[in-house]
Amino acid sequence: MVYRAHILICAHPQCLDKGASEVEAELLKQLEAQGLKDEVQVVEVDGLGRPHQGPEMVIYPEGTHYVGLSPEVIPHIVEEHLLKGRPVLAMTYKEPPSEPLEAPAAKEVRVVLRNVGKIDPDNIEDYIAEDGYMALAKVLSEMTPQQVIDEVLRSGLRGRGGAGFPTGRKWAFAASAPGDVKYVVCNGDEGDPGAFMNRRVLEGDPHAVLEGMAIAAYAIGAHQGYIYVRAEYPIAVRTLRLAIQQAREYGLLGKNILGSGFDFDVEVRMGAGAFVCGEETALMASIEGKRGMPRTRPPFPAVSGLWGKPTNINNVETYANVPQIILKGAAWFASMGTEKSKGTKTFAIAGKVKRTGLIEVPLGITLREIVYDVGGGILNDKKFKAVQTGGPMGGCIPEQYLDTPVDYETLGQLGSIMGSGGFVVMDEDTCMVDIARFFMEFTQDESCGKCVPCRVGTRRMLEILNDICAGKGKPGDIEELERLAEYIRKGSLCGLGQGAPNPVLSTLKYFREEYEAHIYEKRCPAKVCRALIEYKIDAAACIGCTRCARNCPVNAISGTVKQPHVIDPEVCIRCGICQQVCPVNAVHVE
Amino acid sequence: MKSLEELQKIKERALERRRLSAENARVRIVVAMGTCGIAAGARDTMKALLDEIERKQLADVVVTQTGCIGLCEYEPIVQVKVGDEEMVTYGKIDAARAGRIIEEHIVKGTPVAEWVVK
Repeated sequence: MVYRAHILICAHPQCLDKGASEVEAELLKQLEAQGLKDEVQVVEVDGLGRPHQGPEMVIYPEGTHYVGLSPEVIPHIVEEHLLKGRPVLAMTYKEPPSEPLEAPAAKEVRVVLRNVGKIDPDNIEDYIAEDGYMALAKVLSEMTPQQVIDEVLRSGLRGRGGAGFPTGRKWAFAASAPGDVKYVVCNGDEGDPGAFMNRRVLEGDPHAVLEGMAIAAYAIGAHQGYIYVRAEYPIAVRTLRLAIQQAREYGLLGKNILGSGFDFDVEVRMGAGAFVCGEETALMASIEGKRGMPRTRPPFPAVSGLWGKPTNINNVETYANVPQIILKGAAWFASMGTEKSKGTKTFAIAGKVKRTGLIEVPLGITLREIVYDVGGGILNDKKFKAVQTGGPMGGCIPEQYLDTPVDYETLGQLGSIMGSGGFVVMDEDTCMVDIARFFMEFTQDESCGKCVPCRVGTRRMLEILNDICAGKGKPGDIEELERLAEYIRKGSLCGLGQGAPNPVLSTLKYFREEYEAHIYEKRCPAKVCRALIEYKIDAAACIGCTRCARNCPVNAISGTVKQPHVIDPEVCIRCGICQQVCPVNAVHVE
Repeated sequence: MKSLEELQKIKERALERRRLSAENARVRIVVAMGTCGIAAGARDTMKALLDEIERKQLADVVVTQTGCIGLCEYEPIVQVKVGDEEMVTYGKIDAARAGRIIEEHIVKGTPVAEWVVK
């Protein structure tokens, strides 16, 4: 059967609530009456995007989107649109006036991101116009490798991948390691859920990373560099490859750069997206074509890295800082930040804040400033509950520490980490046990399996957390979690295992009562864990309209017209539709 | 390139080119084309802008691209600079909205206030 037209009609609870079923019945009746039954197909769909203006339907092939429908207007639409081919524009969806768009307040300081969003990343001359490659030229013409290392050391720059090791010291180790073949590697394997700081730099200012790598190569005596990026960043890979090609054409990569006699070239290597490949030894194994698994350290990469040669490996953001440090000086860089953590840091703000996005702020800014001034505060003006920094290996920091200045040490003292810059804000409706379970699920899945405590331990922890969320928690679970956490932390080779327990430990530290409520009272205080909540109808408020019973997908609601209805908790799947469709807010969660 | 002097020259040339383009092109339009922008439809926006410029035969408008400006939620983002006026940043500019920006802001000179990111 070939249809001349198709009608998608919305069966979203909100549309049903407003009479979508009656609209559909009238539509079918009219199609029949007009003899269009065999020409027009009607399909029920779950949501067309504007349920608050429903009932709604879309008529194809024109794609006309009708809203605010009622059975009364259907005959007119069928006649005009489907018989005469004239859409009834008065009933179509119109774009509302836009909500005001606000940019973050001026707490941002851009060093790493100074060019991102300003220059055309596909045009090397745009970068050169912004003093691009001037730092490399300065290094090659005026400075010895040792002077470069000293300058970076004095600046106080620390590894932006998360661990915060002083970059200058790392360079010094690689420089002093014996060997005539050395490598520089850029870690662009950004894998924290919701983090995309490095992608932004690679896509928006690729030459800054290349220049930083070339300076590092000069400092340690390397002539070949590798950038390791995930294949799931195709635009970053494309941009980088174009940038490398242009830099070669301009003689800024390759042999005898700027007539100095210094040779350096870079290659992009793509990773398949295993989270553990962000760990430096696993990353290098992956570049070598081996399975990405961490190995014991020492020897550190600076002594024996890629193909057993001395290797300097830094994060994208670390390299992007270097040209600015060389041009403006160590003192300028060290003037930003705290005593032990200098400069700026990029963060990806996500979660329950008004303005999500990517920011760069000076270290030492307080968590409160990031959440409220830069992020615009909590969405829907709910109450702040916690912020999770550092990705899946980080911890949750509660409200009483909001005024803590952000640096490597303070975040560590609070049981979290700086990490690469993930920043997930949670509000009062977030269940902390559920969050810990989410992150444990991630690390359990991403554990490479080499170390038994990490491979088996994270699974055991996840099972316990699943049980707690499912209402099957038992006395002793918390203690068992703590015991396992200790084993995993002590018995794992790399940061993935060592950090895996952090989300659980930090939530246990600050939100232990939530775990206890789940285990001992079988109650989820945030009303998130489905097994621990129950939808109930307030008999006094219920007007017996039958809407909930008609819309319940599993027929868990019984009752007669004008009499209070009842939900059978045994049948109920806690989907919440009854609460959405109730016209008098008689359904609540317990 | 074989020397620092040459790099200096390229820098001056690039700056000069920028200055000239600012003189010759009355209007500069920048579309953010990072992953976030492209995911939100920046390629369609870019195409719609170029089509509209072509259709209206606006010879004094240049369109360039850039990376993510950090307001991923408001992508696709389009920035418009007319002459010496301050750069205007627009948020959520899908292909359908491109025409109105060209018509009202670039042809008639009045920014579309309701789409501006403040």
